[in-house]
Amino acid sequence: MSLKAIEFNQVCKQYSQSGDFVVDHVNLSINEGEFITILGSSGSGKTTLLKMINRLYEPSEGTINLFGEDIATIDPVKVRRKIGYVIQQVGLFPHMTIAQNIATVPKLLKWPQPKIKERVDELLNLVGLDPKEFKNRYPSQLSGGQQQRIGLARALAIDPKIMLLDEPFGAIDAITRLHLQDELMRLHGGLKKTFLFVTHDINEAFKLGTRVMIMNNGKVSQFDTPQSIVKNPADSFVSSLMRSSREQERFWEGLD
Amino acid sequence: MWKQLSDYFVHNHDDFINSLGEHIVISFVALVFSALIGIAGGYLCVKHKQYDKWIISIFQVLRIVPSLAIILLLIPIMGTGVEPALIALVLLAIPPILMNTVAGIEGVSSSMLEAAYGVGMSDRQVWWKIKFPLAAPLILTGVKTAAIEVIASATLAAKIGAGGLGGIIFTGLGLNRMDLLLVGGISVAVLSIAAGLSLDLTDRYLFKYKMVRK
Ligand SMILES: Nc1ncnc2c1ncn2[C@@H]1O[C@H](COP(=O)(O)OP(=O)(O)OP(=O)(O)O)[C@@H](O)[C@H]1O
Ligand SMILES: [Mg+2]
Repeated sequence: MSLKAIEFNQVCKQYSQSGDFVVDHVNLSINEGEFITILGSSGSGKTTLLKMINRLYEPSEGTINLFGEDIATIDPVKVRRKIGYVIQQVGLFPHMTIAQNIATVPKLLKWPQPKIKERVDELLNLVGLDPKEFKNRYPSQLSGGQQQRIGLARALAIDPKIMLLDEPFGAIDAITRLHLQDELMRLHGGLKKTFLFVTHDINEAFKLGTRVMIMNNGKVSQFDTPQSIVKNPADSFVSSLMRSSREQERFWEGLD
Repeated sequence: MWKQLSDYFVHNHDDFINSLGEHIVISFVALVFSALIGIAGGYLCVKHKQYDKWIISIFQVLRIVPSLAIILLLIPIMGTGVEPALIALVLLAIPPILMNTVAGIEGVSSSMLEAAYGVGMSDRQVWWKIKFPLAAPLILTGVKTAAIEVIASATLAAKIGAGGLGGIIFTGLGLNRMDLLLVGGISVAVLSIAAGLSLDLTDRYLFKYKMVRK
């Protein structure tokens, strides 16, 4: 039996006492080494779910375990340093250069300077940006898609075992996106790393995910392998999601 | 007129340098104290939300009271001399710095903070690496406003015996001497412009990231 990397037990989130459940009694169990992709309508609670994993938000009810340990009992700073997080709004620090942005966590961990430099170059190459050209720029001197790639590089800096990626490729063109998807799969590398990846692109979700989580209104509608979801959609929301993607395919065939 | 002015500098060269020096020193000292108090106060306001309305409104009222009034009101309490003048100037300079500090820190977006906490910064690290650096340009703008107010108001401090360029102006008024008025007035003006410019340059030097173009 492989180790449970992440477990949710009856986790709920309300932003106010009287408000609706943004995350509604969710139970999940994710094994170490899985690449989970998360699909769902806007406002269905995907970001909220991710932020509870690194304790940016606390659940209103329920518990979350990381490798068997209840995260409510661990210092949030410790939890977060073990988890790479690509925030949906990109959130690069505007007063730091690209190199300084990427080096944020290594610096917090007091890595020696040469090792940091080397790592920064390596990560820039990985996300397909020339270190010489980009290292000393400020975030405002980058395009939206380039900024997103720096956000990814920053999260990958210390090679964390768990990665939370909130629409990391939203602003990236189709060709670069394919390249980054491949890089991400290579980094994930099978056994040891656990990725949670939010996307609105169904193809991306089904291509990358070893399992796909489909969220609707704070509930997990279905959480299964791509094959099973295609074969047996769990409810009408999942079916309509599948149907919309099929319709797109038909549109392409029509153009042929 | 030119002759009068140049005569003034020939005969009162040392006096002038003295007054100028006093003016710069008292303004600078007042500015340093008010920056320390204003920034610390701004930090406390943001940290302890329950007091910030109180502190801010106290300083807003202080800001409306003219500097001359503050200086005169302090006479019965502290008498005359450099100290009461300094206190009056500090009180005067705190509000713009404090309010800009609050605005600067509160202006840091919540997604920026989430990114900072998300990478694993502690509260302290978020203050020092994110909140203060991002608030700094606005704080510096507050310091600039304060500097210009202080340099202008330090002129009045001469009234209670704190020296400075105000002394030349008040002597000029008393003796009805145009040359003294001009020397004093122009020096104060030049001094505030110089202070403003040097703070602008500091801004440009410190916050390069705001100047870069795509
Ligand atoms: N800080 C907050 N305070 C109050 N309500 C919030 C907050 N953050 C999110 N919400 C609400 O919670 C719900 C879920 O938001 P969430 O950001 O988790 O959605 P999402 O699935 O990530 O959506 P999207 O695909 O648009 O990013 C939304 O209705 C949103 O308005
Ligand atoms: Mg979201």
